[in-house]
Amino acid sequence: MQDEPTPVELTKAVADFLRSDIAPLISGHQAFKLRVAINILDLVTRQLTLEEGSDAKEVERLHALLGLDGSVMDLNRVLAERIAKGEMDLATPGLAEHLWATTMEKLAVDQPNYASYKRELSRDS
Amino acid sequence: MIEAELSHSVQRWCKGATGVTGAAKLSGGASQETWRFDIEHPDGAIGAILRRSPKGYGAAPTRAAGLAAEARLMQLACEAGVPSPRVMHVLVPEDDLGTGFVMQRVEGETIARKILRDDEYAAARPHLARQIGGILADLHKLPQDKLPALRSRNATQEIGEFERDYRSLNWPKPVFELALRWLRDHDPGPGAETTLVHGDFRNGNLIIGPDGIRAVLDWELAHLGDPMEDLGWVCVNSWRFGEIDKPVGGFGSREELFAGYEAAGRNVDPARVKFWEVMGTLRWGIMCGGMMQRFREGPDHSMERAMIGRRASETEIDLLRLLVPRGS
Repeated sequence: MQDEPTPVELTKAVADFLRSDIAPLISGHQAFKLRVAINILDLVTRQLTLEEGSDAKEVERLHALLGLDGSVMDLNRVLAERIAKGEMDLATPGLAEHLWATTMEKLAVDQPNYASYKRELSRDS
Repeated sequence: MIEAELSHSVQRWCKGATGVTGAAKLSGGASQETWRFDIEHPDGAIGAILRRSPKGYGAAPTRAAGLAAEARLMQLACEAGVPSPRVMHVLVPEDDLGTGFVMQRVEGETIARKILRDDEYAAARPHLARQIGGILADLHKLPQDKLPALRSRNATQEIGEFERDYRSLNWPKPVFELALRWLRDHDPGPGAETTLVHGDFRNGNLIIGPDGIRAVLDWELAHLGDPMEDLGWVCVNSWRFGEIDKPVGGFGSREELFAGYEAAGRNVDPARVKFWEVMGTLRWGIMCGGMMQRFREGPDHSMERAMIGRRASETEIDLLRLLVPRGS
């Protein structure tokens, strides 16, 4: 077991330092690059926080849909192949719900401010 | 320094020019650069833009029309009354600047978020969707016998090409597979007609002022194909920048776009437009994947490229919203 603080605590500390102490000091293209860097750290922090739970739920859904066990990557590969071959489509019970759930979990990490995501999230609540 | 080469160049083709000042790089893809500069002239400075492939970048990507074709298309568009910068000079080897062309600089804004939010454009915004319809109609009417050599692509060929691009990424994405199936099932086949297609007509490639659209830029992906492709691409959610209820670039409605197009004497096929909107959404998603791949494997290990790779999921939610909308 690795020591603490956790990766989430560390990435947060770096992002906060860049945001509060460094960002006010620079301008122009460097400021733009810094914003991108901070966005990356924030994304990594969200992924470290959410990935374990969302991957577990995704594997559970994929297992139910495909009747197979495997890693989240392997099962996605099988699902992609079955859709490509026409063996599964939107008429397949549970497929649309699975794709929606998986996509919402991805956006929660990648782009929680994306307008389409926020619209769909407001439907869920 | 590029100013020395530019200075030599302008003195050969711009009568009275004495040199250039203020050369600044505006954007740089790997193979195409855009520079702004001012031509010093006794009658007053002339604002100019250089589009070029730097020396050493010979072959353009296979989908690109090439800078010479781009210059010719802008000339034709300008003559036909499509808002377009005036092309001043097509580079020759003696310019020592690579390949490309110089055009007159059109003042205005290209940053989509500013156009969609700033007060300066508030009066123009309600008219943009309809104006885009009119411009696209005029563009699709450009006489084909005057066009430079361009690749020709129908819907079936495009699906095949995107599928190949997607498979080469080795990136299993069930939502993309679903979209590919949908596209195959809804392939409208060869169009009733083939016209010039701009290929990248969207918010971000338009120069806009308080008075409306002043210039159409980036003819790099121009080709011959289904004119409805341009109408679908301009509606892709990725170019609405948050204004998701205004399908046409975040400016306005499809009805306004179609009305502008039809008022200019051309017909709209809404089902084909929808097909191309789905295609366009997938196309941008696959392009994001390409960015990820180049970030990993290429010399350009930039953070921006890495983050564009992570934007593929935006196109996944947009594809689901198009193909399996939930409630309403």
